[in-house]
Amino acid sequence: MLPRTAAAFSPTSIFSTQSTPARQVNELSFFVLGISAAIFLAVSLLLAYALVKFRARSTDTAEPPQVFGSTQIELSWTIIPILIVTVLFLGTARVLFSVQDMPKPASALDVTAVGHQYWWEFRYPQYNITAANELHIPVGQGTTGRTTFLKLTSADVIHSFWIPQLGGKTDMLPNRVNEMWLDPKTPGVYLGQCAQFCGAQHAKMLLTVYVDTPEQFASWIAAQQKPVAELANGGAAAGAGPALASPVPVAGAGNPAGDAIDALTGQKVFEQQACINCHAVSGTMANGRFGPDLTHLMSRKSLASCAMANTPENLKAWIADPSQFKPGCLMPAMHLTDRQNAQITAYLQTLK
Amino acid sequence: MGEGTFPIPHETGAGIAAAGGKGTYLEVIHSWIVTVDHKKLGIMYIVYALLFLVVAGVEALLMRIQLAAPNLTFLSPQTFNRMFTMHGTTMVFLVGMMILFGLGNYLIPLMIGARDMAFPRLNAFSFWMSALAGVFLYFSFIGGNGLAGTGTAPDVGWFAYAPLTERAFSPGHTIDYWTVSLLANGIGSIGTSINILATVFCMRCKGMTLLRMPLLAWLYATMSFLTLVTISPLTAAQAMLMIDRYLGGHFFDTQAGGSAILWAHFFWIFGHPEVYVLVLPVFGMVSEIIPVFSRKAIFGYPAMVAASVCIAFISLGVWAHHMFTIGMTSVGNAFFTLSTMLVSVPTGIKIFNWLATLWGGKIRFQSPMLFAIGFLFQFLIAGLTGIMLSVSAWDWQLHNSYFVVAHFHYVLVGGIVFMLFSALYYWYPKMTGRMMSEGLAKWHFWLMLSGFHMTFDLMHIPGLLGMPRWIYTYEANRGWGTLNMLVSIGGFIQGVAVLIFVYNMVRSYFKGAIAGPDPWDAWTLEWSTASPPPAYNFAVDPEVGSRRPLWDIKHPEDMDSAFE
Repeated sequence: MLPRTAAAFSPTSIFSTQSTPARQVNELSFFVLGISAAIFLAVSLLLAYALVKFRARSTDTAEPPQVFGSTQIELSWTIIPILIVTVLFLGTARVLFSVQDMPKPASALDVTAVGHQYWWEFRYPQYNITAANELHIPVGQGTTGRTTFLKLTSADVIHSFWIPQLGGKTDMLPNRVNEMWLDPKTPGVYLGQCAQFCGAQHAKMLLTVYVDTPEQFASWIAAQQKPVAELANGGAAAGAGPALASPVPVAGAGNPAGDAIDALTGQKVFEQQACINCHAVSGTMANGRFGPDLTHLMSRKSLASCAMANTPENLKAWIADPSQFKPGCLMPAMHLTDRQNAQITAYLQTLK
Repeated sequence: MGEGTFPIPHETGAGIAAAGGKGTYLEVIHSWIVTVDHKKLGIMYIVYALLFLVVAGVEALLMRIQLAAPNLTFLSPQTFNRMFTMHGTTMVFLVGMMILFGLGNYLIPLMIGARDMAFPRLNAFSFWMSALAGVFLYFSFIGGNGLAGTGTAPDVGWFAYAPLTERAFSPGHTIDYWTVSLLANGIGSIGTSINILATVFCMRCKGMTLLRMPLLAWLYATMSFLTLVTISPLTAAQAMLMIDRYLGGHFFDTQAGGSAILWAHFFWIFGHPEVYVLVLPVFGMVSEIIPVFSRKAIFGYPAMVAASVCIAFISLGVWAHHMFTIGMTSVGNAFFTLSTMLVSVPTGIKIFNWLATLWGGKIRFQSPMLFAIGFLFQFLIAGLTGIMLSVSAWDWQLHNSYFVVAHFHYVLVGGIVFMLFSALYYWYPKMTGRMMSEGLAKWHFWLMLSGFHMTFDLMHIPGLLGMPRWIYTYEANRGWGTLNMLVSIGGFIQGVAVLIFVYNMVRSYFKGAIAGPDPWDAWTLEWSTASPPPAYNFAVDPEVGSRRPLWDIKHPEDMDSAFE
């Protein structure tokens, strides 16, 4: 009832829980809220009563009787709070240990999430794939459910992984691996963002989690494992021959000047420019690790760490000048010509 | 107690006459710059802090404009990040610390019947060091990237987590200005803390045993002890950061095997007790003001002293509750949950004792009391949201969200700033000899109260709806827009209230009614001398026989000293 109301307000409400750790924390939070509300009511009613009852009347100028204290009363309002604290602590400890020390089931999905200024890298060691910014995990509850265990770390500064509906946040620190687990109840899209200040574009380090049915997840994995689609004439996609060795006429077949706006020319421009220093397209010579892996770029619905929709226009504008959308982000404007941008965009469109 | 010691309102002292006229402007300025008088230094601290209160307030309002609706571009991301860094650093170090040290400087010698602080020259040195900190920090707007380039202020947040502050991620000199500023401020704070401790323990007048001291003096002593203990790790951390940045050290340089968590530990073992450094003196002010306006002695004085000292000790063992999400073990999380919850016990004792002081009194609702009641109510709520945050499992959700921002502003604004207004209304007549306008004070109070609750009550909700701190803008689909708009409007209402307060202060200085030595019919020693007090404070060294020396004079038939 309350979770549904909260969800109506916001897709990131901590009360509209969709996984076990979030639900346990939520139950604890209502328990604490209840105790706090009771204390608040009791003390503020006493305060209000005292203010009304003991206000000075203008007719009465004599000083009131002076009372200096009472040991019994002091003891009572020392001991009662200690009892309340004990109850709150035990309630907290129960949830704390049950969530944090949950043993990992053998069937769990492993994901290594790496925070970067200002995007997310997701590696699936069991499937040997790398994705970015949009995390796909399977439903975690029910008979076909599979729990996801995340290993969290960072490539640069401290970030924090937070999907409010699925669980509390866990920091991603350089030189350290933290862990958390999720078992989402229902398939769907869940939103979150970086929760530790990490630099100029902290606010646009957004995060989307797609919770898939087991079938959807299997087909997503299969699609991600596919090598990059080979372009016409084989292009430079073959891993065997370095692109430098591949003859230019083949890449720009039928267009000796190399100024056609097509994927084949785009790939050549992509590989001749600095793009490949930071970005990887598996199966090609592009193997940079500094920026997001682009092998299956078109399988993602968003660009720039979920800050904009993945449309050809947005993609081209982003390549032309990323800081126009995210001032302070680390991808520089490469000062390419409009034609080159269009060619690279055409190439990237083929990375499905 | 000595006959004829109290009251001494008549200004026949030779000192005043000898001081003669006011002198030229240059002479007046010179007299303030070279002064070692605790009262002049105290007033300089307060004025300096109020100046920065306005600056930091403007920074906050700029941020609130930017956040009033989703996807605004009023401030650039970099500017926004500078604003929250400068706002936080300014409010904690240049406003909070300085105004508290200022009030302490002014009041402690007067309340314990001394003629000055224990070390007047150290006092002046500490003030000017702290003031230098403000110059360093704000000079970064001009010199942040070196004089040739455009200036930029630090933009890493007030707790400046490593390794974002390392040269790899923060080139230029903004972090250096921030570091040097905090180092200078730390030296000033340590100097003043030593001074306060020495004053409280060595300079009390005849008859004033430790358990007859005004609670304000007790709380300042506790706060000074805590400052000495906690400024040291902060200073050490700043030195380590500078070694990293310029001498090839690797303390926090994770790229070379350093530790990001190390900085967090250093910062929070300073940072959490720092909250108590700011709030303990304020507890002292409540404990002076509520009795006077309830017309009753403070309830449970020994319990109040014990609770204060208890809070200081416990607060040294709670720092890692700022780090529940950083990846501590479950046992570590449980320990810091328990230690944090335990702070609520002595804090609760204080709230209940204040309530008991009100109970059975004859409460006068004058401006200092209005703000003190606001403090009581808001501090209760701040304490309860604090307990919620100490629940480590729940904190995984709440940490770094706007719920936390709302919580600590409840402590800092709803608690500390409200009480500072109360204290300034209460002691302004002593400092200037004139009353502040009660009509304007009521406008100030009601506007401040409504603006405060509009801003900070509502601010909890976006946090519960998943809004993190430090974001310069947010997506429209998150459902945070309306709430943020209301929060921003409340912020501007508070801005108007503060302007009324400033106007009231300036106007009353020239036109306020003459206060006389004891306008509130109070009981502590500062009200036994003229307003403003002469340079030597007391013509004759006072001698006291109870906690309320002026009560004893006013009520010879019912003297406190009979019960002690």
